[in-house]
Amino acid sequence: MSGSTTTGAGVIVIGAGVTGLSAAWWLARSGVDVLVLDKGVLGYEASSRNGGGASHYQSPLFHEEQRLWPLMDDMLGYATEYRRERVVFATNAHHLGHYRHMGAMCRDLGYHVDDLDPQQVRASVPLAGDNVTGGIHLRFGGQANPQRTVQAYAWALQDLGGRIVQHCPATKILSAGARITGVETPKGVFACDYLVVAAGPQAEALLAGVGVRLPLAPARAEMIVTEPGPIMPVGGADGNGLYGRQTLRGNLAYGGGPHEWLDVGPAGPTVRPSTPLLRNLAKRVAELLPKAAHLRVIRSWAGVVENTPDGRPVIDRLDNPGNLTVATMSGVGFGLSPATGHAIRDLVIDGRCSFADIDKLSIKRFADLAEDWREAAGWVATTHDQARAAMAVRGP
Amino acid sequence: MAAPGFDPKAVAGKYPLPDRHVEVLVIGAGPAGIAAAVAAARDGAEVLLIDENPVGAGLMGLDTPLYYGGRYTGAVQTKPRMLEQVFGAKPDLEAAIEAGVDVQLGVYAWGTWVPGEALAALPAPVAGLADDETSWMVGFDRLILATGARDVAFAFPGWDQPGVMGARGLAALIDTYDAFAGRRLAILGSGDLALETALHALEKGLDVVALIEIGETAQGSADLIARVVRAGVPILTRTVPVRVDGGLDGVERLTVRDLTDGVEQTLECDTVVQAVAVTPVIELLDVLGAARAMQTRKGGHAPVSPDGVATSLSVLTLAGDVAGIVSLPRDSVAYQQAWMRALIAAADGDVVVCQCEDVTREALLAVRQPTYLGPPSPGMARRRLAGLLQDGPVNQDQIKRLTRACMGACQARRCREQVALTLACASNQSAEDIPLAGYRAPVRPLPLCVLAAWDEARDMTANWDVWFGIPGQWVPYADIGTEREALHEGMFGGDMHL
Repeated sequence: MSGSTTTGAGVIVIGAGVTGLSAAWWLARSGVDVLVLDKGVLGYEASSRNGGGASHYQSPLFHEEQRLWPLMDDMLGYATEYRRERVVFATNAHHLGHYRHMGAMCRDLGYHVDDLDPQQVRASVPLAGDNVTGGIHLRFGGQANPQRTVQAYAWALQDLGGRIVQHCPATKILSAGARITGVETPKGVFACDYLVVAAGPQAEALLAGVGVRLPLAPARAEMIVTEPGPIMPVGGADGNGLYGRQTLRGNLAYGGGPHEWLDVGPAGPTVRPSTPLLRNLAKRVAELLPKAAHLRVIRSWAGVVENTPDGRPVIDRLDNPGNLTVATMSGVGFGLSPATGHAIRDLVIDGRCSFADIDKLSIKRFADLAEDWREAAGWVATTHDQARAAMAVRGP
Repeated sequence: MAAPGFDPKAVAGKYPLPDRHVEVLVIGAGPAGIAAAVAAARDGAEVLLIDENPVGAGLMGLDTPLYYGGRYTGAVQTKPRMLEQVFGAKPDLEAAIEAGVDVQLGVYAWGTWVPGEALAALPAPVAGLADDETSWMVGFDRLILATGARDVAFAFPGWDQPGVMGARGLAALIDTYDAFAGRRLAILGSGDLALETALHALEKGLDVVALIEIGETAQGSADLIARVVRAGVPILTRTVPVRVDGGLDGVERLTVRDLTDGVEQTLECDTVVQAVAVTPVIELLDVLGAARAMQTRKGGHAPVSPDGVATSLSVLTLAGDVAGIVSLPRDSVAYQQAWMRALIAAADGDVVVCQCEDVTREALLAVRQPTYLGPPSPGMARRRLAGLLQDGPVNQDQIKRLTRACMGACQARRCREQVALTLACASNQSAEDIPLAGYRAPVRPLPLCVLAAWDEARDMTANWDVWFGIPGQWVPYADIGTEREALHEGMFGGDMHL
């Protein structure tokens, strides 16, 4: 097909990731005619390749995140596997210091956090061992199943009349004067009155076409999954340099550790290799949960996430073009997605977020950013020659 | 321009040096792998040839790498004895050792990587190896995959009992392990694979009660058919298996139905051998990112290799059945799909398709959520495969995530192909058009404590971070832009949780 077709919607969302789908669902709940375009299968990238955590005290959307998650299964009409509460525990003094401070920050925000001694940790997390030094029990937050949640958003959106077009990459944002008019794709042009860009790593190149600079650096992160183990009282249990959870089926799914900076083309990631890093992840899971060390690792996977220069989200309704809202969560988007969608809905319909001050997430903060910011930060893709040289220098 | 920065939290420079480096690594010591290893050694290369046999009893119980169906004797529990047995069963190994090949048995290859797209930080090609106690990494200049083929399994009522197994699993238990525990075999299929399986079993003094074929006629080559018939083994055509019944020790009889008149008959047997199809073992090839494609003449998803040796990666070549099964008919995948269609028609939807995750065929087609989530919501109860198909082509990964079919500890060896075949039948398309549900390391289900890098590089330990190690990412929103911001960043550096 070529660009001869003209269809469209009141609002088009580019990107059927967890942020775009939530935004579309919130818009549809307000009666907006909304259409989501995705380059591939919905929720196929980092939105379904993450730890599923929902405890983001650092975010202005935190309170809304905490308010919404316990309601999401009912609001969506589909199971997300959300479970409340989280235990973060340490096997050394360094980590314990971090976790206790994290607990203190959450208490400052008005949330209930208990400090746990080793015995209390083992009561909630029976797969933990004698090496536990202590932990914190968040009596809020929790975790959900990312794969089930993205599908839940999609179905809930469709139940409200929203549309999703898969295998339909946005190749160009069309504008006239200071307004977006539509989106060009291989399946034709889709016209719109308003555009939301939630396109992950691809957002930078797309937005550059309409003169908007959203600086992003994509990178790969990895996780491993074991066969099911005995179900623990608290499935959201992590620490030891790992994030992750025990699924309701009993599998342990954990990630963490070093990332590889990548250059991702306009079409998005073409391959997402997981790497020998799985051995380092296996080591840390076996240390964190010694009584699970016999469990078999049955999968690993990798996701490509984008980071902004300060690692904080951009959620911004732009002045010019005047009918465009941009969102990237800088690699921490899944758990916050119920609240992010709400914020985007507010920006699109009301012009401002109704439940939180999000001014510091404006794209304007990068206006004076140097062109070579990735190089300056060392956030650039390694060349193969550099990789070989690093190995030669380091030695065993 | 600013001076180039350095990100200590990035993976570049942290992948460990391999424990060992060889010029040529050969994975799989079947006839093709041994021949390739010997040839490389004679050319003067340093060659390491590994083979996972004897496989640990735990993996055999998961039908990994072959479909053993639990029909083995206790002998497989005794690893030292099995090592001797496997070595003795492969006489060519002695010649390989004489040629200077380093032969290691009982060693799994669970991942192989080469530097490439989105993996530039990996300094050099490397393979992850393991035995039942520990894992290690071996670097290589050239890799020869000789991983062979494995059985394609089909679900029908009772197939999850001990004694329902695959033709390759049977051959391994008879020839490599001398540990087959069955006596009377019924064989599904009538192509060359099934006919050769029958003749081999007879040669070994086993009884073969019948071959079962859904088609009008026996499928294999005329001479093999003649030999089987001469041996007095009936080939029941236009016949479909409907049920396996058994007891504590597994299979006791197979009930089959004549597709013409609907009449059922019962065959007394202790083993049902699935010999409809085998498919190349491309797990490591897929982890490597080498090109693959659905090639029905080669048995399914197979390496893209015009000559059966070269691949899309210069360091990787193939030997033997991994390149594609040479003796297959042109329409081997259509034949598999015809079997699946017949089995679906012959059974209720409550037959379990994914044994590990207990997913029935009906649950698969209804994209039903797993039972541990409780009863479905009204919206969920309305959802079916047909609805998903309106949104886009069948995607097996998506179905997996919703139903958990193929998500279990056997790593979908028992159900990957048949789930694709089932989805194809249900959506009225050819199984050739269903994209492969990709393979992921570790391609053998090995314990955390075995895979663990207990000796990880110091730089990896020192700079490990939960996430990207961007201190500002975790500063509470209210403190951004205040003097408390620096306080948080200084205190935490990174290592904060998601």
